[in-house]
Amino acid sequence: MEFDLSEEHRLLQATVREFAAREIEPQAAALDREHRYPAEIIQQAARLGLMAMMVPEPYGGAGMDALAYVIAQEELARASAGVQVIISVNNSLVCDPILAFGTEEQKRRYLPRLADGRSLGCYCLTEPEAGSDAMALTTRAERRGGEWVLNGRKLFVTNGLEADICIVYARTEPVPGARGISAFIVEKAFPGISVGKVERKLGIRCSSTAEILLDDCRVPEENLLGERGQGGRIALATLDGGRTGIAAQAVGIARAALEACVAYARERRQFGRPIGEFQAIQWALADMATRIDAARLLTYRAAWLRDRGQPYTREASTAKLVAAETATWATARAVRLFGGYGYIEDYPVERYFRDAQITEIYEGTSEIQRLVISRQVLGSK
Amino acid sequence: MEIVVCIKQVPDTEAPIRIRPDGSGIDETGVNLVMNYYDEHATEAALQLRERFGGTVTLVSVGPERAREALRQGLAMGADEAVLVSDPRLSAADHLQVARVLAAVIAPRRPDLVICGKLSTDDNAAIVGPALAALLDLPQATAVSRLEVAEDATHALVHRELEGAVEVLELPLPALLTVERNLNEPRYPSLPGIMKAKRKEIPVLTLEAAGVDPETLGAPGAVLERLAPPPARPPGQRVDGQDPDAAVEAIVRYLAETAKVL
Amino acid sequence: MAGGIWVLVAHEDGAVRRLTYELLGKARELAGQGRVTAVLVGGEVGVDAEGLGAYGADEVLVLSAPALAAYTAEAYTAALLPLLAQERPEVLLIGSTAQGRDLAPRLAVRAGAAIVTDCQTLAREDGALVATRPMYTRKAIGTVRLLPGRLHIAVVLPAVFPVPPRQERRAEVRRVPVPPEAGSRARVREVRALERETVPLTEADIIVSGGRGLRGPEHFALLEELARALGGAVGSSRPPVDSGWVPHDYEIGQTGKTVAPQVYLAVGISGAPQHLAGMSGSKHIIAINKDPQAPIFQVADLGVVGDLFEIVPRLTAAVRRRKQAGP
Repeated sequence: MEFDLSEEHRLLQATVREFAAREIEPQAAALDREHRYPAEIIQQAARLGLMAMMVPEPYGGAGMDALAYVIAQEELARASAGVQVIISVNNSLVCDPILAFGTEEQKRRYLPRLADGRSLGCYCLTEPEAGSDAMALTTRAERRGGEWVLNGRKLFVTNGLEADICIVYARTEPVPGARGISAFIVEKAFPGISVGKVERKLGIRCSSTAEILLDDCRVPEENLLGERGQGGRIALATLDGGRTGIAAQAVGIARAALEACVAYARERRQFGRPIGEFQAIQWALADMATRIDAARLLTYRAAWLRDRGQPYTREASTAKLVAAETATWATARAVRLFGGYGYIEDYPVERYFRDAQITEIYEGTSEIQRLVISRQVLGSK
Repeated sequence: MEIVVCIKQVPDTEAPIRIRPDGSGIDETGVNLVMNYYDEHATEAALQLRERFGGTVTLVSVGPERAREALRQGLAMGADEAVLVSDPRLSAADHLQVARVLAAVIAPRRPDLVICGKLSTDDNAAIVGPALAALLDLPQATAVSRLEVAEDATHALVHRELEGAVEVLELPLPALLTVERNLNEPRYPSLPGIMKAKRKEIPVLTLEAAGVDPETLGAPGAVLERLAPPPARPPGQRVDGQDPDAAVEAIVRYLAETAKVL
Repeated sequence: MAGGIWVLVAHEDGAVRRLTYELLGKARELAGQGRVTAVLVGGEVGVDAEGLGAYGADEVLVLSAPALAAYTAEAYTAALLPLLAQERPEVLLIGSTAQGRDLAPRLAVRAGAAIVTDCQTLAREDGALVATRPMYTRKAIGTVRLLPGRLHIAVVLPAVFPVPPRQERRAEVRRVPVPPEAGSRARVREVRALERETVPLTEADIIVSGGRGLRGPEHFALLEELARALGGAVGSSRPPVDSGWVPHDYEIGQTGKTVAPQVYLAVGISGAPQHLAGMSGSKHIIAINKDPQAPIFQVADLGVVGDLFEIVPRLTAAVRRRKQAGP
């Protein structure tokens, strides 16, 4: 077992770090303040190959592994969690399921566009009455005249406003729960799909979170993703990858908070010394660094298992749980470490704090992660 | 067009450096090593020329084995080939000796252009570029801030920044250039580029394999004897500028009495 | 005549640069009882060759030819080589100008010399030249020894050695033949002076420099006024250049110029390491910034925590008043 990154992973990390520092960081605060979609940055990210990192080169992707993916997500999130989530949804929640479950035709039609920035993807699972209990969703898809017709309302869709390609989960079988659900690739160009309310959020403000309305939305039959009734399985498999990405996001946010605290502890003087000389501050920094280290290693492990084709549901949930809780704790601690300045918009820690909150909520709340993990602990393992 | 770019791996300038207690050099543990950023601009210039004229971009470096990573970055940016000369007998080499080794590797390739960074940020010496031009008997232009190569690729027109002026110089190719940072904006290695670079072989040559007879290398003419931290500045005075007139008075007094410029 | 300390005269449009006098002063010190020779290379050299004596040269060797009218590395190298081979000086000092840096390494290779650049101090020890120079973007000082037995070329930074006092002495001037083949494949098409009302940054004694705190391009006018009043030049840190408020040649720092003026006034500059790398060699640093935590205050000799928009105009007025009042 080696803990060192390979040369290519180090080069990737350095490249994304540089990109994030030069292209994202200078705009991060303004993007957050203005709730503004970073169109130019996303195009640059696409040119770099960040929008479809794990998609094989023949389909226009970068052909990198999951470890490279989590490394990149951490670097992006460290600069802006909002920019990073736009990119990670495109990768994990849209490209991934198309790659894993799509037909050759679907892969050829959609992946290159999602990779080069012509298209942006979003993931429509959650509904007003189906959050943690996602498999209770009620959006229906009926066969009508050789097409599928979808009706329903999807909520909290990241990239919902800007995306033109949507993975939509709808009930196709007269069976409750996961087995009645199918997945569809729905283009915004299809009739009957529209964007409803765009939410104003506590954090990750430069990414849009929108309602997607399906009103007799007509979807060609070749846009069924995977098999009928396979939607539940697709959603769950996709979540493993998604959770790994969110774990990396949380690590990035926590690290941003830690780095800000370290700089501040060195410069801020009270009682005649830099506050970094006081034990209380030193211990806080030690705790942050330790927990971030742990969260990162758990995230790497989940990616490593995925790269070996091994099941990693428990490890993805573990990483997401630990990383998200680390992020919410560390950013809260950071705000307090900065004292009054932590509460002020001029300093970045309040944004890190706000951004961190969502990591414990989406792609499965911390409670859901505990459910997943305990099932594995108590169950077959 | 055959273009050779000289690359050096150096410590990341953003990071603080730790000087070894015996002053023999810097402590490299945990130091992030990167491609000298002037060399990124040199590589970018080469890649842009290749896009226009076709041909190959070859990267050459003299350094320890770990310098491979800097070359890898250049390959990931899009260079075609890279070669490293790494030999323990070069560990105390001075700049002129390094230039001789580079010349030995580069000369047989008969490039149309050799491009170097203006200086490398570890020692800031700015010696290797013009020295290499002399060894390869090429016309040279240093600190190039603008580069235009003629349609027929027979000559280049460059701008060089002087003190308070810009020199416009025309050189026939083949030639050697050292480049300034405002020449261009280096591209990021793309992710597919990183994957392609991963699959490329970077040969590591000993002195002999590089075509250098160790006997002729001789002894270095310049030796770095000691490295020390810069002298500490004594702590300065602080003035509360709440009252701007009082602050101005303090500044004027300082300029007149201490700095003696008024 | 073997031995001796030589100084390559840096000149422009018929005027000798102050840097040359700094080098002559140092050459005199290094030579002790030995000879100091100034070497003047150019076209129709209308420089006060005899005046160089006043600053320490015992003799001036003049290499004058049309091929040398505009500086080129190849022509200057070809012209100097035979002279160096014949006279065999021990040390050749070259000023660290763009042309000096362009020439010295090429010359060193051709002359079989040892070379050290960016010298801040110079001393001779047992036939070896020992120099100190900034390294690692000014985070360290290196001591370099040039080993005896060959010509030593030292490229010296401006403003590190004082201009010696003028003395009543004249130098012998001798015209030296220039080899007819001294030419250059590179050709200077033109030299365009940059339109700057003030002194070039690298030569200015006083620099007024602005950062992000100025908030916009229009406010740089405040600094131009102050610089004019002080007789200095205007520079900037990186953010104003990146934002397009000022052109790139204003930039001081890692990605811009390195300066070491007598006085550096950092206005609205936070003091990031990248900027400090370009100006930390300044003799006196005055900082004006409203943020008491700004890192610039750690290097400032005089740190003013206040509003630059209140302070700078008042400072300009106060400087003008003081200058009008007379010395």
